[in-house]
Amino acid sequence: MTSSMSHPPNSQGTVRVEPDGPQAQSTYLNNGYGWKSWLFTVDHKRIAILYLVSISFFFAVGGAFATMMRLELATPQGDVLQSDSYNKLFTMHGLVMIFFFLVPSIPAVLGNFLLPIMIGCKDLAFPKINLLSWYIYVIGGTMTLYVALTGGVDTGWTFYTPYSSTYANTAVVPMALGVFITGFSSILTGLNFIVTVHKMRAPGLTWFKLPLFIWAQYATSLIMVLGTPVLATTILLVGLERLFHIGIFDPTIGGDPVLFQHLFWFYSHPAVYIMILPGMGVISEIIACFTKKRVFGYSFIAFSTLAIAVLGFLVWGHHLFVSGQSAFAGIVFSVISMFVAVPSAVKIFNWTATLYKGTIEVTTPMLYALGFIGLFTIGGLTGLFLAIMSVDVHLTDTYFVVAHFHYVMVGGMLMAYLGGLHFWWPKMFGRMYPEFAAKFAAVIIFVGFNLTFFPQFLLGYMGMPRRYHAYPEEFQVLNILSSAGASILAVGYIIPVFYLVWSLKWGEKAGPNPWGAKGLEWTTQSPPTTHNFDRIPVVTEEAYAYGHEPTITVGPGDDNPNPHYKGSTHV
Amino acid sequence: MSEHVLPAGVPPPVSHHFVDLHQQEESEKLGMWTFLITEVMFFGALFTAYVVYRNMYPEAFMLASSKLDWKLGGLNTLVLIVSSLTMAMAIRCAQTAKKNLMLINIVLTMALGVVFLVVKYFEYMSKWEHHLMPGPSFDVAAFGQWGNQARIFFSIYFAMTGLHAFHMIVGLGIMTWVFLKARKGHFTPQRYVGIEISGLYWHFVDLVWIFLFPMLYLLGAHTGLGH
Repeated sequence: MTSSMSHPPNSQGTVRVEPDGPQAQSTYLNNGYGWKSWLFTVDHKRIAILYLVSISFFFAVGGAFATMMRLELATPQGDVLQSDSYNKLFTMHGLVMIFFFLVPSIPAVLGNFLLPIMIGCKDLAFPKINLLSWYIYVIGGTMTLYVALTGGVDTGWTFYTPYSSTYANTAVVPMALGVFITGFSSILTGLNFIVTVHKMRAPGLTWFKLPLFIWAQYATSLIMVLGTPVLATTILLVGLERLFHIGIFDPTIGGDPVLFQHLFWFYSHPAVYIMILPGMGVISEIIACFTKKRVFGYSFIAFSTLAIAVLGFLVWGHHLFVSGQSAFAGIVFSVISMFVAVPSAVKIFNWTATLYKGTIEVTTPMLYALGFIGLFTIGGLTGLFLAIMSVDVHLTDTYFVVAHFHYVMVGGMLMAYLGGLHFWWPKMFGRMYPEFAAKFAAVIIFVGFNLTFFPQFLLGYMGMPRRYHAYPEEFQVLNILSSAGASILAVGYIIPVFYLVWSLKWGEKAGPNPWGAKGLEWTTQSPPTTHNFDRIPVVTEEAYAYGHEPTITVGPGDDNPNPHYKGSTHV
Repeated sequence: MSEHVLPAGVPPPVSHHFVDLHQQEESEKLGMWTFLITEVMFFGALFTAYVVYRNMYPEAFMLASSKLDWKLGGLNTLVLIVSSLTMAMAIRCAQTAKKNLMLINIVLTMALGVVFLVVKYFEYMSKWEHHLMPGPSFDVAAFGQWGNQARIFFSIYFAMTGLHAFHMIVGLGIMTWVFLKARKGHFTPQRYVGIEISGLYWHFVDLVWIFLFPMLYLLGAHTGLGH
């Protein structure tokens, strides 16, 4: 399949050609420059870039909220912020980070960009719906910014009733509307991915030849399609309750506020897996590439991905252990929650086994992947503490929970997102980033992250409750460590912005396959043409067929910084 | 793919990113089915709320249900079932290249949809007049000790039928699009997936009503308390 690609010779020649030059290769990036060519594009790659820019913006917004919280928590007294402002800050931090960064992060950026290329087709099944999903995201995001600028919401991102529906005096309805609207962008992305994976795979690309990244996107899409509508209805009911007092969640007339929690977590627990499964897909790709080995137990990882998606729908009750849910229901949810550890552990073990006797190259994406394995293991194992009902009663609403889900969401998903972004950056923009700066940032992020969140496990275990702006003095040392870590983490997030933007113009040209990686996306030019492939490829080999490189190797040119580059795609 | 001659002015059927018409049609159908699954989940949350409160307050629900007019509800059920028939016939006409009959069936389907909404409007108005709208103005006294719980029943009734009516209105919009496309000759025996998947949506919305009718209207009809 590798020989079917053809592109102008200057893509690998020794003479550097500026993208605007007369001989420049045609790519999706130089196919039109005006704002219309971006805002009305139906090219999945351009939509991915639109998402990349928008979610980066919202990440900065969510990060700013977190910064203010950590600033307040540096001292035991409530001195920087009033309790009301603090309530709004953690609410807005959660809402922005979950609905406007984590949920769309890997699916809408890397998934959008790569899914069609990885399965060998020209675009997603519904390109216009793909663009629509971005517009819906932007509308929802605008609502959220409006709410943030006009006073915010203080209900917590969970909108628990009856506080949200009856008592809160903040902009609950506009915020609920923002979340409701954004949900449809997620549904449409999921729908598009499902149809594309089912119907548009290249000839010969059977399900069990798919990259594990695609399996992860597929499982994530199932959750998006099945879960998000339930959240939409639930949020709609909160809005109706607030506007018309329909009473469904109002205990004073016999409504059941706990029903809200059931409906909310029916989406929001699976949504936690929306926020980790795509990351797991990225890690499988990176590990296989930088060990130059097939992923150990491919089908086990594929099925464990689906297992996590399915089990994810059966465990929402572990968020309700202290809500008055029956003890029997609690036991059942507790047991099923522990089952989730099995497919998660299957992945960790298989990645580790893949490393064994592999040709490990410690590149930037690999640093993130190794970081992911360690941090996700801690996040996952502490999840087991919380799945055990008796332990959870002690730890509910403490910083232990906060630390646990940040280890999964930030230590897991965000590390995977950054790893994936670095891994596929040369493909997306055709340029290499400076490796040293990137490694430096990765290490800073790892150190800053652990310093921020590990103390929170201890704080939670000692009983510090979450969502308070003040705390007893004996917790101050650990809180200062956490705040210090947060500032290191912030530096780690800012560095990539500079060198990635720098690389767009001054980075070394990447060539089609700088890592010597397997997979259809590496057989096409970097950046790809608008239609991805000149000819639809025919797939004959398994995924991750490392160790079967063609015998003809071309020596690395000036645009091939990686010595393992085989140049096999340019025959 | 089999070649076929298209009427003048009709764009080539295969979009740029599909390999062939078959792949495109398969994708469009799967897309609609997946969308309908999201709709099932969308309504599913409300069905869950119904089941929970129906189990909590069976007497209140029976009492409140008796205030609904099962005859009008039954009429609407009949209207929607017939509209599904005309919808299916419109698709059949597209398959057999009977353009005029297809247009007539599309118009009939839309007309029946409008009839449904008009009946619904009169039902809603009557609830308004009898202070059965959920909210603080709800006539709690009409239901004795079950006043508040009856209010929850009517909240669910309006949420579910309101969401359903919204889907009917969207359906009328889709059918308008189908009508315009059909008139221009876009649906042919070789290429009718547009009207087919629009029909899927229409049938789905009908099917939701088939569940809503017994759950909401027939629950208390036998008591004879309402009318």
